[in-house]
Amino acid sequence: MPQVSIARRISTHESKGVTLLLIGVALIYLLLFLGLPLFAVFYEAFSKGWGLYWAALQEPDAWSAIELTLIVAAIAVPANLVFGIAAAWAIAKFEFKGKSLLITLIDLPFAVSPVVSGLVYVLLFGAQGWFGPWLQAHDIKLIFAVPGIVLATIFVTFPFIARELIPLMQAQGKEEEEAAVSLGASGWQTFRRVTLPNIKWGLLYGVILCNARAMGEFGAVSVVSGHIRGMTNTMPLHVEILYNEYNFVAAFAVASLLALLALVTLLVKSLVEWQAKRSGEPLHHGA
Amino acid sequence: MSRFRTHSVLPGFNLALGFTLLYLSLIVLIPLSALFFKTATLGWGGFWEVATGERVLASLRVTFLTSFVAAVINAFFGLVVAWVLVRYSFPGKRIVDALVDLPFALPTAVAGIVLATLYAPNGWLGQYFAAHDIKVAYTPLGIVVALTFIGLPFVVRTVQPVLADVEAEVEEAAASLGAGRWDVFRRVIFPAVYPALLTGFALAFARAIGEYGSVIFIAGNMPYISEIAPLLIVAKLEQYDYAGATAIAVLMLLISFALLLSINGLQWWSSRRGVR
Repeated sequence: MPQVSIARRISTHESKGVTLLLIGVALIYLLLFLGLPLFAVFYEAFSKGWGLYWAALQEPDAWSAIELTLIVAAIAVPANLVFGIAAAWAIAKFEFKGKSLLITLIDLPFAVSPVVSGLVYVLLFGAQGWFGPWLQAHDIKLIFAVPGIVLATIFVTFPFIARELIPLMQAQGKEEEEAAVSLGASGWQTFRRVTLPNIKWGLLYGVILCNARAMGEFGAVSVVSGHIRGMTNTMPLHVEILYNEYNFVAAFAVASLLALLALVTLLVKSLVEWQAKRSGEPLHHGA
Repeated sequence: MSRFRTHSVLPGFNLALGFTLLYLSLIVLIPLSALFFKTATLGWGGFWEVATGERVLASLRVTFLTSFVAAVINAFFGLVVAWVLVRYSFPGKRIVDALVDLPFALPTAVAGIVLATLYAPNGWLGQYFAAHDIKVAYTPLGIVVALTFIGLPFVVRTVQPVLADVEAEVEEAAASLGAGRWDVFRRVIFPAVYPALLTGFALAFARAIGEYGSVIFIAGNMPYISEIAPLLIVAKLEQYDYAGATAIAVLMLLISFALLLSINGLQWWSSRRGVR
């Protein structure tokens, strides 16, 4: 029935012109808003040559910013990883009251402006905060110091791993774990040998997204940092300082490292999605 | 008598839930509650005075207006991008698809300085606007540009899976009954993706309202004109006006919660429609 198939093709697909127009509009939009900015970061960073680029990255202040960013992520990501696993274990493997409220509360940091995320810690630990006088009396500095930056980063990246693991572990049920336990496995053995292999791609997915945000967070960290060069400056904050000093090459040089991090994040994320699809482990695509 | 939890043979419930609640309280709940206690020290009169201050109202107007415009832009182009990624194939499609998530991965400060550079009057894009006497950077228009960038993935990522699920049979049935391609889109496909489109719009809108890092570089930050509410919070903090900063924060939080609730409502509505 050749006529039928021709009629079907005409009626369920757009004409060639419309197709090309839509692809064109989509690509131009993405090029203007994504491609061009991404290219411009590297273009500006290298605009005065490799020499100045390297010099900018070898500044001691740049180095200490890179170091601090790595330290903050190295604390915040594992902390939220342990939390994510604990929350997902309790929520996915057990039935208890108030579960949906708990899930909503875990998402709370996503609904809060980054600036407010920093503000709450200033209210708690700042000089005029609840614990301010006590902290001062004991000579402990949290705000305008590294601990405050770590806390603010943990707050903004709080939901990433948990909200990835909860739906994944809920979808997988608990029969396999129950079988392992009834065969005499300990809780830790059950988790390591049964649960972990089932969630490894989702776990990695959450960790990557959490890490990208932890290293790139600006607003929350900016409020609690105090912007002390070489001391409490993370990479995004250092970018701001350099930019405001009209030191554009140096600003974009540090920014290019962060853009590189973003590209690596996207690459690993795509690989994980592909691996998860292959192994049949459904990923929860939440932003 | 109903019990708090139903019995399970699996171990670790007390430890896992106990740690979850402790961590949640220490990191999120107690710090957030500080906001409300601090605002309470102002009293209703004081809160009202801050909330209705001229500069605060102007910053809220700028924030919500630019966020809304950016979300509308993203709703339209996001639908086109999702459509193209689901329905057509072209070289480099997988790279384009992966690149859509760039705004989630790129630190906001980087986005801010690069957009400000591109749209400055002598920038690659700004010069064409400048030729027509349009200033983008350092005006509310620049804020819209930054917020459009930040919100770009939301609509694409919410619409994409729904669009992929629209069954070809339904479209074919409509077509075989004589509907033209535009009619099929308008009457069959669009109603199916509409709830997802709304959800994506609301997510982009909510994200834009709280956004700070990408905006401050391109906004120019002129009080009453291009000053966003999160920036005003920072400005008040720098003047050690903690109560004032907190009052604006609470105001923004209340509005964000209202949005979050409506997002949940939309998702509930769309899932109910999905059952048919």
